[in-house]
Parts: sequence; structure tokens; C-alpha cells
Amino acid sequence: MARDQTTLERALLGRGDHHDHAVIARNVGKAFDDHAVLRDFSLEMRPSEFVALLGRSGSGKSTFLRVLGALDTEVDGYVRIPRHRAIVFQDPRLMPWLPVLRNVTLGLPQTREVKEHGLATLAEVGLQDHANAWPRTLSGGEAQRVALARAMVREPQLLLLDEPFGALDALTRIRMHALLRELYRKHRPAVLLVTHDVDEAILLADRVLVLTEGRISLSTKIDLPAPRNRSDPRFAALRRHLLTELGVEPD
Amino acid sequence: MAQLLDPRTTPGPMTVLNTAITMLGSGELQGHLWASLQRVLQGLAIGVSLGVVGALVAGLARWGENLIDANMEILHAVPNFAFLPVLIAWFGIGEEPKVALITLSVWIAIHINTYSAIRNVDASLVEAARTFGVGRRELITAVILPGALPGFLVGLRLALTAAWLALIFAETINAPTGLGRMMSDAREYFRIDVIFVLLGVYALLGLASLAVARFLESWLLSWRRSFDGA
Repeated sequence: MARDQTTLERALLGRGDHHDHAVIARNVGKAFDDHAVLRDFSLEMRPSEFVALLGRSGSGKSTFLRVLGALDTEVDGYVRIPRHRAIVFQDPRLMPWLPVLRNVTLGLPQTREVKEHGLATLAEVGLQDHANAWPRTLSGGEAQRVALARAMVREPQLLLLDEPFGALDALTRIRMHALLRELYRKHRPAVLLVTHDVDEAILLADRVLVLTEGRISLSTKIDLPAPRNRSDPRFAALRRHLLTELGVEPD
Repeated sequence: MAQLLDPRTTPGPMTVLNTAITMLGSGELQGHLWASLQRVLQGLAIGVSLGVVGALVAGLARWGENLIDANMEILHAVPNFAFLPVLIAWFGIGEEPKVALITLSVWIAIHINTYSAIRNVDASLVEAARTFGVGRRELITAVILPGALPGFLVGLRLALTAAWLALIFAETINAPTGLGRMMSDAREYFRIDVIFVLLGVYALLGLASLAVARFLESWLLSWRRSFDGA
């Protein structure tokens, strides 16, 4: 598995440099037992572009994120991803037996610089006081902020977010949206946010894609000025449009 | 009360206590206890090492699973003490077969529990670790071993019990020293009071082992917030 990953990356990264793109995916296909999850899926992302991928459950959106994260390397088509990338999953996936700071610096050389950088990143998500806490003593929102810090500490060129706020309560989610916007503004990674929350997609992304049965059925730029406001009539119009595309009749 | 129990087969508590004091005073009990303790500690050290290393190899590599786990299952299926004649044939009648029998019991208890704990480490955590560039070495030390620790400690509890049990059997072979030797001497000379003292010693050793296991659990698993009784 690990060997497949490096072979794939070498093959994909070797084909010249495309500095104008953070992600290139062309004609990506993926099937599980003859059931096609992704068909002819193509996506190009510019550096620092924030793309939200909407879809109903089973639409293949998480599968695509796994392809971009090189978690799934057995795919058809052409995929090019940056070397520095990080994933935030729906569940925080912190090692419960490692203190918060050690979770943040997981996989990095344990030097003093890295620890200080880890502490600084924890401060960015407002958890510098929890550096030595056990993950199980944190609330759901705090744990997900640690997961965000663990991703950001690597200074990723591509940040993959797999429904990262799906398990949080509504109030915590609002705070997390603000935090994510702040981190994005500061570090400018390319972001792919997989979500089923239409409002979240419109609030955060530059571009929203709707995935239906393994294909992109709608792609729309969001030109609303920041900070975006749900009471904006253009927001409501976009929301209606996207919900209809997702097969939900808006009220 | 005294009429209910025959003092020749069931000595009173004061008799047993006096015997214990005499045995302690002469240093006889300590000497034999130390001999037994050494056998148990050696068997534990070797058995735990073999168990952890073997479980890691079996847990991480397919060939390890085929080579080690299959054989441990077979050893587990045979009552350990049935191996005693074989161990005597291999190692003679000195200290080696005694330590070997204890080692075997400990190894099996540690292996079964640690191996299954390694295989039960949350795959999503392993996947997350890999996406953050965790290499093989850090994966073992920071993810798999600590993840398997609760299972290992269950194994250690069982191993401690198994070690004392194996000791009693092991010391029935030509043991010049040890609690088992005292036990068979007492049986020979019908010193029921000595037997009761030794039963008390075994009980204390069992409780002490349990206390060690509990201490290790609360120390090593302090990250875990689990149900500790209502």
C-alpha cells in the first residue's frame, strides 16, 4: 500500500511542473465491485482556491477526496497532487494515548523547532493551553480544532476536509467556520471541502461543485463579497439552486 | 468450634501464625520464597519479551502471523503442564525446565492478548497516521504499541496468575529450594500448619501481583477515560 502510494506520486509528480495548478484530476474513474462510484471525473484547482464539493451520501464525494489524499491509489485516469497535503476527517482521529501537542506533530521529526511550531499552530486554533491535555478530555469542537492544527502545522499546499464539521453542534459549527476562514486567509492553501451542508459550501468556498452519481452535475462560482450573509438575497438564490440540483425541494 | 474441626487436619489460626513466625524467624521461608520469586521473575521477563516481540511480528507481517500465531494457538490448546516431561528431556532437572515452564505459560497469555489487541487497533487511526507521513517506526511506537497496551495489560494480569500456577507445577520436579519444595516436604511430614502458611503466602503473592497489574494500568492508561464503576 505504502509502495503503491509512492510509485503513484512519483509517476504523477514527474510529468513536468504545473505551477498554475494545485490539483489536476482528469477522467478519474473508480469502481467498487463493478459499481462505478466516480466516472470521468475531472477537476482542476488553482493554488489557494477554495472548492466545496457537495453531494448526497453515496455520490462519491468522499471517494474523490480519498483519491486526492492518495489514500486510494487504485484509480483510472490522471491525478496530480502536491506533495504537501493534509486531511481533516469527519472524526478527529487523534491518538488518544498521545498528548494534544504530540498529536499535532505526529509524523514530523520531534525537534524543538517542530514543537514550537506545533505550539504556535495550537495557539492559532486557540488551544495553546491544552498542549499537554489528553485528547479524550477535549470537547468535540476542541478535538476537531486539534485535527485542524495537525493539518495546518504541515503548511499544506492542499488541505482536504472530509465533512469536518458534520458531527458538531450548530453553534460550534459557526465558530469553526470563522476559524477555518481565518486559517485559510493566513495560510492560503488550496482547499477541497467535502460537505453535504449547502450553507457551509456557500459561506466558505470560491467555487461549489455538485456531484451526482459520480459526475459533476453543476459547477458554480460564488462571487458574494465577504463576509457572506445568509440574509443576502443572492445567497438565498444560490442556496435554492444548489438544493434543487441535489434533489431537495427548497421551501 | 474446636470440636467441629479436628486440629490434626485443620490447625487453628494461632498454630498457623506461630508456625509462620517460626519459619520467618529461621529465615527458612524467605530463602525458599526468594528462590521461587527468582524463577517467576525470570520466566516473566523472558515470557513477556518473547510475547511482545512475537505478537508484534505476527501482528504486522503476514509471514509472522503464519509462523508464530498458528503455533501459539496450538500451544494454547495443549495444557501447558503436559509439556513438563518434554521440558525435562530438553533441559534436564535443574532450574532451566522450571523457568521454561513459567516462560511458556507467560508467553502464551501475553501473545494471545497482545496479538489480538494489535489486530484490533483502530484502522482509521492507522490510516490517519499514514496520511500525516508517519513512518514504520513511529507507527509502531506511537500508534500500534500504545493502542495495543490495554490488551497487553489484560494479558499481563493473566500471565501473572499463570506464572504462579506454573511455578507450583515446576517445583514438583527435583526442586532443592522453593515454595513447591516446602509444600511437598510439608505433605510428606503431614505438616498441615505449614501447608496453611504456604497457602497464605500464595494468596499474598497473588494479591501483590494483582496490585502490580492495577498500578501499571492506572499509570500507563491514564489517557483513557473509561467506566470505573457507578
